[in-house]
Amino acid sequence: MSSASVEVAPRQTVRTGAEAARLRRDLRRAGRRRQLAAIALVLPLFLFLMFSFLVPIADMLRRSVVDPDLAAAWPNAAVVLRAWDRSSPPDEAMFAALGRDIRASAEARTIAGPARRLNYALSDGRSLVMNTGRALRKLQGEPASWRDTLMSEDPAWGKQKTWIALAHAAGPLTDFYLLTAVDLERDAADRITSRPPDQSLYLTVLQRTALMSVSVTLLCLLLGYPLAYYVANAPARSANLLMILVLLPLWTSLLVRSAAWIVLLQDQGLVNDLLRASGLTDGPVRLIYNRIGVLIAMVHVQLPFMVLPIIASMKAVPPAYMRAAVSLGAHPAIAFFRVYMPQTFPGVAAGTLLVFIMSLGYYVTPALVGGANDQMLAYFIAYYTTSSANWGLAAALGVLLLVATAILYALYARLTNLGQIRLG
Amino acid sequence: MRHAALTRTEVVAGWVLRVIAIAVLFFLIAPILAILPLSVNDSQFLTYPLRGFTMRWYEAVFSSEKWRIALKNSFLIGIPATLIATVLGTLAAIGLQLADFRGKAVLTALLLSPLIVPIVIVAVGLYFFFAPLGLTQTYTGLILAHAALGAPFVLVTVGAALASFDRTLARAGASLGAAPLVVFRKIMLPLVRPGVLSGALFAFATSLDEVVIVLLLGAPHQRTIPREMFSSLRDNFNPTITAVATILTVLAVFLLLAVEWLRLRNERARRKLDAAPVQE
Repeated sequence: MSSASVEVAPRQTVRTGAEAARLRRDLRRAGRRRQLAAIALVLPLFLFLMFSFLVPIADMLRRSVVDPDLAAAWPNAAVVLRAWDRSSPPDEAMFAALGRDIRASAEARTIAGPARRLNYALSDGRSLVMNTGRALRKLQGEPASWRDTLMSEDPAWGKQKTWIALAHAAGPLTDFYLLTAVDLERDAADRITSRPPDQSLYLTVLQRTALMSVSVTLLCLLLGYPLAYYVANAPARSANLLMILVLLPLWTSLLVRSAAWIVLLQDQGLVNDLLRASGLTDGPVRLIYNRIGVLIAMVHVQLPFMVLPIIASMKAVPPAYMRAAVSLGAHPAIAFFRVYMPQTFPGVAAGTLLVFIMSLGYYVTPALVGGANDQMLAYFIAYYTTSSANWGLAAALGVLLLVATAILYALYARLTNLGQIRLG
Repeated sequence: MRHAALTRTEVVAGWVLRVIAIAVLFFLIAPILAILPLSVNDSQFLTYPLRGFTMRWYEAVFSSEKWRIALKNSFLIGIPATLIATVLGTLAAIGLQLADFRGKAVLTALLLSPLIVPIVIVAVGLYFFFAPLGLTQTYTGLILAHAALGAPFVLVTVGAALASFDRTLARAGASLGAAPLVVFRKIMLPLVRPGVLSGALFAFATSLDEVVIVLLLGAPHQRTIPREMFSSLRDNFNPTITAVATILTVLAVFLLLAVEWLRLRNERARRKLDAAPVQE
């Protein structure tokens, strides 16, 4: 703007309306050019992350509601199942479509897909489908009644619950995986109900994940606040060294830190030696491969993420405020709690949210220092992806984790200026 | 003067705080230090007190095919991932600084989201998405994934370096007749270089320590150092791993000191620039 006005001003002191308009237009054009250049510079990273991050995650989310297995192997049954009202008993035409599809898929060896899918919804779904498939392959020609044939193979085919499960698996969309992820299912009347206790697992896992994350966050806050105060108010000479000591764990490999805790907390480890030497205990205390071990190791990993934002907010508190409060007669403790602490809340809030968000998704630490009952949501997502290949359920659990993370991240983004995270 | 006003309780409170803070600091640092001496301990057992001095665990690491391959894989994946993350992240950081446009806040949040999204979700998403493209169990797939994780670090560090960048400098350069590319190369780049370098170090460290993606996407011959450590910690925990841990810790100290040095240099340069008009 300045260069343009310098050019124009000497020639004519009174600016005409036309010239002002031209100036405005030039300015707008320059602004637009900058915008285009800015977008062109951001675009490569955006496209890269689209391909290697955003679209894969969106694709995973899609899998939590898309249900292709049954429809792929049993196309005719899928059509009649989708048209069914789910309350009237299935008629002969539906039995026929299903029976023919089962026989065809058993012959084409594509029956494993629907068998696996029905096993998620019915306790013995796999054997039901596989046994029926084997029997129907031997069947010659068309039976008089597909209904009687199927029911004689297994009376489960006559149950409304079986057909509801079939209908829900017929695709293309399903709420089955999302319901399962919160221990719900559909009963014979197609109503959403709780799963029987012996099939309920995920609410416990969700509770455990939330409880562990809350505990880790609170412990980090409890330990982190005094440390942050000490570092933020240290004399300049030692402040840099203290800062490096806080940052060193962040840079140290997660695996190294896990190894360190396994060494320290084992039955013959240093911590148990110290406990025995101090007379606090007689025998070794179990400190690893259980909840205690996970808590200690996770707090150790997350503590710097709590301390750093609090230090930043403490450094921004003008010391004059405390002095003013004290000189006006406030007890130092009161001045600390009523004047100093509230000013550090932005840092506390940012640290708390950050630690909580990161704890929710933890995989490596619980996997290495926890026992079977200490695994968190992330473990089950990985398990259903690789070990049991129940991708729909993995995706549905992923949705839960991602939604929780996204809500907290939005909060975090509002509370902090994202560009200002201090990383080193 | 304030000292005189300190009451007894304040002095006690100050000491209590100091003791707590140092204890917490001890909790942060001591475990990392505790594992180092075990790497030269002449005993099969990972316990104190130490028995005698030996280098055999280090020899075991360096003579082992398994760890050599892991080291090679870590660099084979880490270096290209760092390069991609650094180039794309730097360009984007400059773009975000250059102008305001609609949806910039949302876009920034999206570009930074790899920092926050649980790594398991990223790994599972890529597992499904890369499989039909033939990218699982390939170096390309792992490099792309690690670059995506590293790019936000570059975005943040370069963004921070640019936030303090005085735009009048670029304008001055332009008004003296420099072409935009020359302004970028001669004025902007030298000033953001520390940010670019520390971003690259963060991206590299991230790749070097990443295990979940390698666990899900990597082929058996693509085990990296953290992946190899992960299985050692689960299956056969022996002193060799303390030697690897020591090497990694020394590396971490170097990376940290490099980033701190860059930051201090950047701060000093900034202070000099800020002070310049006053001195004239």
